[in-house]
Amino acid sequence: MTDSKYFTTTKKGEIFELKAELNSDKKEKKKEAVKKVIASMTVGKDVSALFPDVVNCMQTDNLELKKLVYLYLMNYAKSQPDMAIMAVNTFVKDCEDPNPLIRALAVRTMGCIRVDKITEYLCEPLRKCLKDEDPYVRKTAAVCVAKLHDINAQLVEDQGFLDTLKDLISDSNPMVVANAVAALSEIAESHPNSNLLDLNPQSINKLLTALNECTEWGQIFILDCLANYTPRDDRESQSICERVTPRLSHANSAVVLSAVKVLMKFMEMLPKDLDYYGTLLKKLAPPLVTLLSAEPELQYVALRNINLIVQKRPEILKHEMKVFFVKYNDPIYVKLEKLDIMIRLASQANIAQVLAELKEYATEVDVDFVRKAVRAIGRCAIKVEQSAERCVSTLLDLIQTKVNYVVQEAIVVIKDIFRKYPNKYESVIATLCENLDSLDEPEARAAMIWIVGEYAERIDNADELLESFLEGFHDESTQVQLQLLTAIVKLFLKKPTETQELVQQVLSLATQDSDNPDLRDRGYIYWRLLSTDPVAAKEVVLAEKPLISEETDLIEPTLLEELICHIGTLASVYHKPPSAFVEGSRGVMHKRLPARTGSCNILIMSKLNSSLLSPQLGGDIGGSPAMGAGFGAAPTVMPASLNAPVGGGLGDLFDLGGGVGMPMGAYIPPKTVWLPAMKAKGLEISGTFARRAGVIQMELVLTNKAMSVMTDFAIQFNRNSFGLAPAGPLQVLTPLGPNQTIEVSLPLSTVGPVMKMDPLNNLQVAVKNNIDVFYFSCQYPISMLFVEDGKMERQVFLATWKDIPNDNESQFQIQDCHLNSEAASNKLQGSNIFTIAKRTVEGQDMLYMSIKLSNGIWVLAELKVQAGNPNYTISLKCRAPEVSQCVFQCYEAVLKN
Amino acid sequence: MINSLFLINPSGEMFLEKHWKSVVSRSVCDYFLEAKEKALEPEDVPPVIHTPHHYLISIYRDKLFFLSVIQTEVPPLFVIEFLHRVAEMIQDYFGECSETVVKDHMVMVYELLEEMLDNGFPLATESNVLKEMIRPPTILRSVVNTLTGTSNVGDTLLTGQLSTIPWRRAGVRYTNNEAYFDVVEEIDAILDQSGTTVFAEIQGVVEACVKLSGMPDLTLSFMNPRLLDDVSFHPCVRYKLWESERVLSFIPPDGNFTLMTYHVNAQNLVAIPVYVKQSISFFECGSDGRLDVTVGPKQTMGKTVEGVMVTVHLPKTILSINLTATQGSYTYDNGTKLLVWDIGKLNPQKLPNLRGSLSLQAGAPKPEENPSLNIDLKIQQLAISGLKVNRLDMFGEKYKPFKGVKYITKAGKFQVRT
Repeated sequence: MTDSKYFTTTKKGEIFELKAELNSDKKEKKKEAVKKVIASMTVGKDVSALFPDVVNCMQTDNLELKKLVYLYLMNYAKSQPDMAIMAVNTFVKDCEDPNPLIRALAVRTMGCIRVDKITEYLCEPLRKCLKDEDPYVRKTAAVCVAKLHDINAQLVEDQGFLDTLKDLISDSNPMVVANAVAALSEIAESHPNSNLLDLNPQSINKLLTALNECTEWGQIFILDCLANYTPRDDRESQSICERVTPRLSHANSAVVLSAVKVLMKFMEMLPKDLDYYGTLLKKLAPPLVTLLSAEPELQYVALRNINLIVQKRPEILKHEMKVFFVKYNDPIYVKLEKLDIMIRLASQANIAQVLAELKEYATEVDVDFVRKAVRAIGRCAIKVEQSAERCVSTLLDLIQTKVNYVVQEAIVVIKDIFRKYPNKYESVIATLCENLDSLDEPEARAAMIWIVGEYAERIDNADELLESFLEGFHDESTQVQLQLLTAIVKLFLKKPTETQELVQQVLSLATQDSDNPDLRDRGYIYWRLLSTDPVAAKEVVLAEKPLISEETDLIEPTLLEELICHIGTLASVYHKPPSAFVEGSRGVMHKRLPARTGSCNILIMSKLNSSLLSPQLGGDIGGSPAMGAGFGAAPTVMPASLNAPVGGGLGDLFDLGGGVGMPMGAYIPPKTVWLPAMKAKGLEISGTFARRAGVIQMELVLTNKAMSVMTDFAIQFNRNSFGLAPAGPLQVLTPLGPNQTIEVSLPLSTVGPVMKMDPLNNLQVAVKNNIDVFYFSCQYPISMLFVEDGKMERQVFLATWKDIPNDNESQFQIQDCHLNSEAASNKLQGSNIFTIAKRTVEGQDMLYMSIKLSNGIWVLAELKVQAGNPNYTISLKCRAPEVSQCVFQCYEAVLKN
Repeated sequence: MINSLFLINPSGEMFLEKHWKSVVSRSVCDYFLEAKEKALEPEDVPPVIHTPHHYLISIYRDKLFFLSVIQTEVPPLFVIEFLHRVAEMIQDYFGECSETVVKDHMVMVYELLEEMLDNGFPLATESNVLKEMIRPPTILRSVVNTLTGTSNVGDTLLTGQLSTIPWRRAGVRYTNNEAYFDVVEEIDAILDQSGTTVFAEIQGVVEACVKLSGMPDLTLSFMNPRLLDDVSFHPCVRYKLWESERVLSFIPPDGNFTLMTYHVNAQNLVAIPVYVKQSISFFECGSDGRLDVTVGPKQTMGKTVEGVMVTVHLPKTILSINLTATQGSYTYDNGTKLLVWDIGKLNPQKLPNLRGSLSLQAGAPKPEENPSLNIDLKIQQLAISGLKVNRLDMFGEKYKPFKGVKYITKAGKFQVRT
């Protein structure tokens, strides 16, 4: 007896017949009729006309019938809100039923009826159910709060259900805890700024206990919630890791991956020399490998995540290359992902194996896969230098197969190999040239043309080859046209005598017969260069090219860090931050700091988690292509917006400077390298900070260590503790040539946006040039912020000293300082640390000093100097004791320099 | 969380939809159908698809697409695991998972889906729990139900749902108390032309069928647990004891379940039970080729290899084949170009061989790709990794159960490249 019988009645009077059956006296007949109705509903037939009749069946003791009616109600209540009210009474009554199953069922169904009028009636029963004695009812009610929130968020807040839900996190039953966490997480998504899941060590402990006892799905919710927590120190971090590790052996892959996320995030906090750190790394590999033996869809998600993990921590899977070998019956989406990871794991140790595999793949059937495999061989050559020769010979073998798309891919990658290893493999050019005719894809044609142009002097018939391309110039794609233009100009510069005609031809094709502005402009530039100054033309066109980087497709480090925090989510599948694609983005985990400046809106993201150890400034700029343009225009826009407030401020400071009679000799720390050239595509930045005549200045030395000219410099700070911000644009007006150095001094204001940093004097900086945007962070001596009017009246000093609680006093030792108190006092004054009084007690000089910071904070100090003792003792008192440490460092630096 | 579920057959027809939150229009599936059109094989449809307002996460299983619609950031693995659970549930309840079966039990499937999720949150996904709430159909029961008017829906609250062992129902009673364990190992391997192992690993699983009364507490120990360095357990297994003593201690669910899965690493040497000598070659000129395949036993630990089957996807340009097999029989489907050679038991004295000629379509070039051979095999009473169960102890109940362990080795994804 099957349900298909319910579909057999397709006659016209079907609805009437059902109506009659629904109103039948016989229970059995009624139930059959409701089943028929449900069956029609599931396949999308409209049976809403039967609403009153079905609702009439609700008053029954038969649980199955009740459930069926509830199913129907959930589907149609929305379209029949007035009718649905009829059902309310039954619901309210059922919520009081002695059977917990019925109570739970009623509250569950009520939440699914998405009708505003009904939700009002739901509040009271729901409140009772949240406190029900039976955990089954409580856990159902917890989910119901999420449902209600989806329908009417305001109501849920007004009724205080959110607090009740938060209380349930401490429930005695793990299932209830899990559901409460799940419901809160869902609600939190639409409330980015609420602290719904404000975790503290106690609640973390509750969650970890529940983690061991709840269902697999509950474990996922709890783990995802744990991942949002920031442990206080490495010890807490380790203890959480220890309690999460057993989840790696769970049969449910989603549990495993969520556990991996927690571990990947928290192990950032563990010291690398800790034994446990090594153990943890070892434990992560097997579960990841196991995920690859699951169903293909799971494999796909796992592989996307592994791709992130191997970029962040390549050591975890470095010995597991073989599990990523492609099986011929893997779905294509799995194959492509595996290939990607193989390249990432390729190293000198395993390159032979990898190459053998790649060669195998290059003969497979699937065109996309074969292309990627060929490309991968090229990437291996570029990544592992020792293998380059073998890779090239493999590629040549593949070219011999004459399979069209293989040849084309091979030529594209060989071009890159030439770039990476100049003057090494040019002997293969002859072989490449043989295949000229078979190239029909723009990318391959462009690559081939590039090769011919680049090595024109070694190819005897380069002019003929290029001429053959020129015939169909206007049918080529822009990529090929541009490349052809450049190649012929190169050829002309190398062999001017024979190719005059050719170059004329291409220039006129590009400038006169083309309506592509890029092509036309490039044509004109070449034309003018060639006609005015052939030597300069040579320098420009045949300039040495910068090296290409080893790894391609690497995810930018800060984005990678963010994605690591999102392991297992959709973000990790798309390799994009959630804000980039999730509707109504959840700001909960994603901390972005918009720093508005003029029209160019630069977002320097703070590191997702300030405890992540990376010393680099986290950063991602806007993300839209328009961004580049905005930044380019920055120098002209920024002063307008920034100068106004700063201009006034500067005047004031100058006045003050005059008044105090600014002494020379303010301490300036030596210049240090802030941004090494390696990390910034050839741009090296070193610098220091100085306070000159009351103006804070950032003194930068920019060195261009790359091959190409750098222009369009601009600078931007992240929010910082004292609101430092550039008071004007970065004055680099002339382009910076290769190996050229320029010193710039950038005046700073202290009226920028404020955010507390750790350490306090940390400054995160973004510098942009025509090549890219780079990030670094540096620390400025806090003495830059000591203002010139920092001398306190004696009386005020005494009163303030007493007024500040003793808890705020901190004591430090300054060792090996051989100045007497007089000299020390003079030296300190140079950095705006003013001595107010001096007292001598038993051969010990006590100096009382005051300092005022640019943001108005006063720091009072007592310095004890004992004749003959090189160790000073200093006590600092301040209403903001956080600054003491920095101030002390300043004392030390000033006194010792 | 999970918003909606659609079941779609290979021709693209939606035959079941279920919404756990607001109703999502069917038209959302158009994005999926578009992706399906683009894919060459149904297996190749990408599992995660992004549409302007929703995400579509799908699996392809038993020739059906299970497509879920989600609106917020939800772990995709969570959704995929759940979809597989739905497929398993249908299989479990109705014996198979197919369009016909679902259509035949539409209302029950619908009720089950309602029990599995609430507002998109998983509610009851354990087969034991579900079966107590909604009893699976049997011929006898449907007859009884019609006569007495009772229903398939349980009306008591399940004790299992709330206890800390949600996988086991209370009050289990059997007259014969039995516990059976099957250790099943699958060899995944890639061999290259010369027979060298490129990659090999063993995927193992311990399937259990436990029919014991009351609340038995079992302990299963292995002779050589060190072999297993990577294991995943059923939630019932106490992980701490495994960590410290390397024994599996658990209160089992009632009936059939997967106790644990493991894999034996590629680093350890994996015994390859058969070798394959093959050559598939095409002549440079003319339109002919030859195929010659021989299979022989290698490391079989003295057991017989049975159920040997060789599957070859021949190149598309093959017109016809003419082969002779010394043992077993072969079938060839010219539409899919699939050659299947069913050998059966492997006799070490007389090695089975399949040879003959292949003819290409007139004028077709020499095929570029090399077909791979897929091998199927079975070895009874052997776990190829060498894993052995030591003993099974039962605590908590007085009776003496009947115990049994069976080993079997199979080929998983076992490929030979040519």
